[in-house]
Order: sequence, then structure tokens, then C-alpha cells
Amino acid sequence: MYDNPDLARTTVTRDIKIAAHGCQVFYGDTHAIKDVDIDIEDKTVTAFIGPSGCGKSTFLRCLNRMNDTIDICRVVGDIRLDGEDIYDKRVDPVQLRAKVGMVFQKPNPFPKSIYDNVAYGPRIHGLARGKADLDEIVESSLRRAAIWEEVKDRLDAPGTGLSGGQQQRLCIARAVATEPEVLLMDEPCSALDPIATAQVEELIDELRSQYSVVIVTHSMQQAARVSQKTAFFHLGSLVEYGETGHIFTNPTDPRTESYITGRIG
Amino acid sequence: MPVLWLVLIVFALGALGFVLGRRRALGGAGGDIRLLHSLPSYYGTNVALLTVVPALFLLGIWLLVQPIVVDAKVSALLPDSAISEGTTRDLVMSDVRRIAEGLDKAVAEGAMTHAQARDIRAEFTDVRNRLGAVGVALGSRVGAPELFAAQRYRRIAGEGSLAMTGAVLALALGGFALSLIRTTPSFRARNSVETGIRYVLIFAATIAVLTTIGIVLSLVFNTIDFFRLYPAWDFFFGTTWSPSFGGGSDLGILPLLWGTFYISIIALAVSVPIGLFAAIYLSEYATPHVRAFAKPMIEVLAGIPTIVYGLFALLTVGPLLLKVFGQDGVGLMQAGTAVVTAGLVMGIMLIPFVSSLSDDIINAVPQSMRDGSLGLGATRSETVRQVVLPAALPGIVGAILLAASRAIGETMIVVLGAGAAANLSLNPFEAMTTVTAKIVSQLTGDADFASPEALVAFALGMTLFVITLGLNVFALYIVRKYREQYE
Repeated sequence: MYDNPDLARTTVTRDIKIAAHGCQVFYGDTHAIKDVDIDIEDKTVTAFIGPSGCGKSTFLRCLNRMNDTIDICRVVGDIRLDGEDIYDKRVDPVQLRAKVGMVFQKPNPFPKSIYDNVAYGPRIHGLARGKADLDEIVESSLRRAAIWEEVKDRLDAPGTGLSGGQQQRLCIARAVATEPEVLLMDEPCSALDPIATAQVEELIDELRSQYSVVIVTHSMQQAARVSQKTAFFHLGSLVEYGETGHIFTNPTDPRTESYITGRIG
Repeated sequence: MPVLWLVLIVFALGALGFVLGRRRALGGAGGDIRLLHSLPSYYGTNVALLTVVPALFLLGIWLLVQPIVVDAKVSALLPDSAISEGTTRDLVMSDVRRIAEGLDKAVAEGAMTHAQARDIRAEFTDVRNRLGAVGVALGSRVGAPELFAAQRYRRIAGEGSLAMTGAVLALALGGFALSLIRTTPSFRARNSVETGIRYVLIFAATIAVLTTIGIVLSLVFNTIDFFRLYPAWDFFFGTTWSPSFGGGSDLGILPLLWGTFYISIIALAVSVPIGLFAAIYLSEYATPHVRAFAKPMIEVLAGIPTIVYGLFALLTVGPLLLKVFGQDGVGLMQAGTAVVTAGLVMGIMLIPFVSSLSDDIINAVPQSMRDGSLGLGATRSETVRQVVLPAALPGIVGAILLAASRAIGETMIVVLGAGAAANLSLNPFEAMTTVTAKIVSQLTGDADFASPEALVAFALGMTLFVITLGLNVFALYIVRKYREQYE
């Protein structure tokens, strides 16, 4: 079923980065997320898996309040980042999104140069002290996204002219450049070929040393390869959440077992 | 036979063909549509198309060509002696056509018999009086050659019409019969109809293109006539515009072009910021509720006739500006009609153009761009300024250029709002006028049509046409380039 379950993964408990309790999401009259409780750990890759339409992307978008941009969407419940309620009235969603970065399913570079794409976040948040500082941020972000060698000679070329895999790594560099604490990835490899997917997965593993990474994926092999913790969603509910090795080899819920063995979904 | 009847008969034949073709196809298959190559209605449509389209096409061509042929034939009959001093063959021919029409009318009203119309002689009958009695006024006494030519004209035209009726009906019946015979269950009616429809569409597109060329040609010939009478250098680089219908006028286009551009620039300065900001609000900030209400409200502005805008300029905006900037206020403005009045009102008129087009273009920017920017912690206005607008910029520039060509071509607001004086001045509170307004006044005056004072209207129109065409082509080029980016 999966190529490397890695049962011997360390299972030390890390700090809780995001804690959600009793989270409900409604799209108009549709109850999309039902009473989800989850603690996402720091410096960990957490995978959300589940069949299409089970609400994993919706829940992911709750974590940086991207659902605010959808008029009919309503979020109820308690989601805390470092113990602070992110849906509190005093919280500025713009500030929150700078702390909780997001990479989307389809690569979406801005129609600007590669340099300007990466410099976008640092510029609007005033993270660079000057041109030299900005250059450094851009270079280190591109290096961390494992794309620096490919683009260093054409930073002025438009980001839209790169290949799909390069575009997605550029988007990751762009997200990394704002120095977020959490990185949300919504099916980041679904538009990529296997080679680009392998590059992005390797990158996700490296990012784990600094960030808490949450990744939504349709590929169970991918979840098994890159994540330490896995959450299985079904019909808007969180069915099971635990160590990735445990979920894939010894699921407690029969629905989880049916899904990972390919019987539902 | 009148053309209307001919058209109706052809259409009736086409309808009959549809019914018969369909029935014949079904009959051939024994009522089982699965045995047919195409659906039954395709067989019917095939017969109808083959009956109607070639026949109507022939009718159209014939109606276009016949007058030219008849003219040429009759014109050859006119002896040179019939063309007196101070007139031309064309003018005599138009007299001939009028006499022929008059004879037709006299026959139709019963004032003459067919034989009389054919045989009367100018030597014995006062044709002018007799035709005057049925309401056809003729300029001068009708001479023998003209009357003879007119009678020949009637005869040839009559024969032509008869031949046309015969040919069109024969073609319709031929198409009807041929396509009906070919209607068998294995006939590929669907493919045949597809081809037929393609030709109909090509024909429609061709007419649109040919009309454009025709309009340009009609301008070109009169413009050439004008430049024979008036030096092109003085026209394009002259700085005074003072036509006097007695001759010896100065017809420099510069003051008019300057007025056109000055008013257009003020109009764009008003409409571009307001229209663009309205579009940004509607597409990025407004709730669907507000948008559903506000967008049609703005577009209502586009439906107001420009003459109403002109009245608004004359009666409301002009006096209002005069109160503020006139003698009682700042003291800059002499009268209500001024560049700024027309510019402001034209700007209001252009708001929906800019906002509606920009709104569509901003909406075409993929949502993933906005998500990407918002996901990095940018605010809405930062997203609009740094991601959405740059992505939509080429399209917005296209929208502005289209609005500009609209402003350049506007007439009524200028006539009522800006005055009629051709000034070359920088003062926006002075009256000025534009190319379009002067085209109207030159052609509605009493000038002889062959004088430079009247013909200058065509040269002005041609210049304007070239300018707006250039703007439109440029705008379309930019808009197209933009589309390629996301598709």
C-alpha cells in the first residue's frame, strides 16, 4: 500500500502549535466541518487525508482565516495559535496570514519577475532593512525552496514562465520568505509530475526543522512518506488522528482502514 | 413582379421544401429514423437551404448590378448634343432616371396608359406638366433625347426585372427539385446543412467587412476632391479655422484637433479615476448584493442618449460652473459653454465604459492570484494595487483607449456644451469646438456641395476616422495580448 511506513519514527511529544476545539464550518446551510478537535505540533509535518469533499481543505483554510474571503462561509469554535484565539475580534487576519503561510494546489506565481515574487511578502511586511538585505532574503528563500540553482541567472524573468514544478517551488519560496511559523500546503503536488513531486516532498521534509507544516494530500503514499502525524477526515468529521506509522499500520477506526486499503474514497 | 412578392414566394417554396424533404426522407426509410443518415429535420433544412439561399443570393446580386448595366446602356444612347453646356452626362442621366420614375408613377396612378408612357413624344406632349400632375417635379423642360432615353430606360429595366423574376424562380425551383431528388436515406444531409450554414455565416461576415470598406471609400473620394481644391499642407498645419461660404476661407484643422483632444483629455481625467475606482470597488470589495444593484445602476448611464447629456451640460453644468468660475465668482469664465463644461459631462458619459470594461477585466484575473497574495498576509488594497491591477493593466489600458476613441467621436455634448468657436487656447474656461461638431456645421450649411467649405467635412471625417481607427486597433492589440497571458 505504501512504500515506506517507517515504523521506527521517533514519537517524542513536541510543543502544540495550533489547537482547535469544537471547530464547525458552515457554507450557507451546508455543515462542512463538524466538531473537529485537533492539536497540531510544532516542527512536525501533519498530513490531512480523506476522500474528496471531506472538508480537509476547508479546515486547512480555517487555520489562517482564508475562509474569511468567502462571503457565505461561517466558522464556529475555538482555534488557537500558540494559545491565542485566532478568531478573536482583536486579531488582524492580515497579521495572522503573515505568520501562517499558505501554498496552494495550483502553482499561482504573480505575473511579476521571479525576484519580485519572492520579495513580495518581505516588502509588504517591511522585513528587509535595505536592498542588500532583501537580496539576501530572496536568495535564502529560493535556496530553501531548492530552486536557487535553476533560477539564479534569470531572477528578472517572469515567474509565470517557469515549469509547473518550478512554479510550485517558487510559491513555496514566496511563502517561506515572509518567515511564517506555520506553513499550510493544500495538495501542493497534485499539479506536478513525479520528479517535481519528489523535489517538493524532499523540501517539505527539510522545512520541518523550522516550521510546523500542515499538508493536505490525496496521495496516501505521500502522506506516509512525508508526515509524522496523520489526520483522517470523512464527511466533515475528524475520524482518526495519530502517529502516521500507527494510522497506516494499525488504524483503530474501521473507516480509516477502509480508506487506506482503498475501499472508500 | 415586386421584389417583396418574389422574396415571399421563394420563402414559401423553402418552407414547402422543408416539409417535403423531411417527409421524403422519412418515407424512404419506412418511418424508422434509425435507418436515416441524419435526423429528419436535416433533410428538410437541406432542401429549404438549397431552395432559398442561392435564389436570394442571385436576387441580391441582380438588384445591385441591374441599375449599373441599365445606366450604362441608356447612357450610350444619349447623343453628345443632348448634354448642354455647364452640365455633365451624370446630371443628364439623373434627369433621365427621374423621368423614367415619373412615367412609372403616372402609369401606376392611372394618369397614363402603358402605351402612352411608351409612345409619347416630347414634340407633342408637355411631359413636365403631365408628370408634375402626379407629383414628380422636374427641373426643366423635357427634351426629346431625354424622354427617348427615359422610355428606353423603362423598357430595359422592365425586361431586366422580368428576367430577374424568371431567373430567381427558376433557381429556387431548380434547387428545390435537385435537393428533393437527392433526398434518400443514405444522403448525408447533416454534413450538407453544415456546409450550407458555414456559407451563410461567411456571407454575413463579408457584408460587414464590405460595408466598412464602402464607408471608407465614400470618404476617400470626397477627401481627394477636397484636396484638389484646397492645399493639404494648409489643411493639416493651418492654425486658423474660419470658413466663409463666399470662398477664401482658412480651413486649418489644428484648432479643431486641439479642441477635440483638450475636451477628450478632460473627459478621460474625469472618467478614468472614477470609473476605475468604481470597478475596483464593485469587483473586489462589494458584496454580491451591492454589486447586483450597483452595476446595472452605473450601466444605466451608458443608455442615456448623448443629446440628453448635451442638455445637461447646457442647462445644468454650464450655469453651475459659471456661478463658481464666472464674473460673480473666480472671474475666469465668460460663458457657460466652455471646454471644461463639455469635458466634465463627457467624462460622466464615459464612466460606465471604463468601469464596465475594467470590471470584466479585473474579474478575469484568476482568484488564485488574490488567494496567493492574501495568503502571504497582504491586505485587500495591497492585493489590488500590487497583484490584481498589474495583472489587469493591459486590459484596463485597452478599456481606456476604447473610451478615448468614444470621446473623440462625440458630437452632441460638444455642440451644446463647448460652443462653436474654433480656438487654439490653453484656457479650459474658453469656448472651443471639435472636429465632429464642425463636420455637422459644414454639411448643414448653405454651401455648394462642390465647394471646399462643404467638402472639408469629408477630410475632417477621414482624419477623425484614421485617428479613432488607430486608437481602436491599438486598444484591441493590447487587450488581445493580455488575454494570451491567462489562456
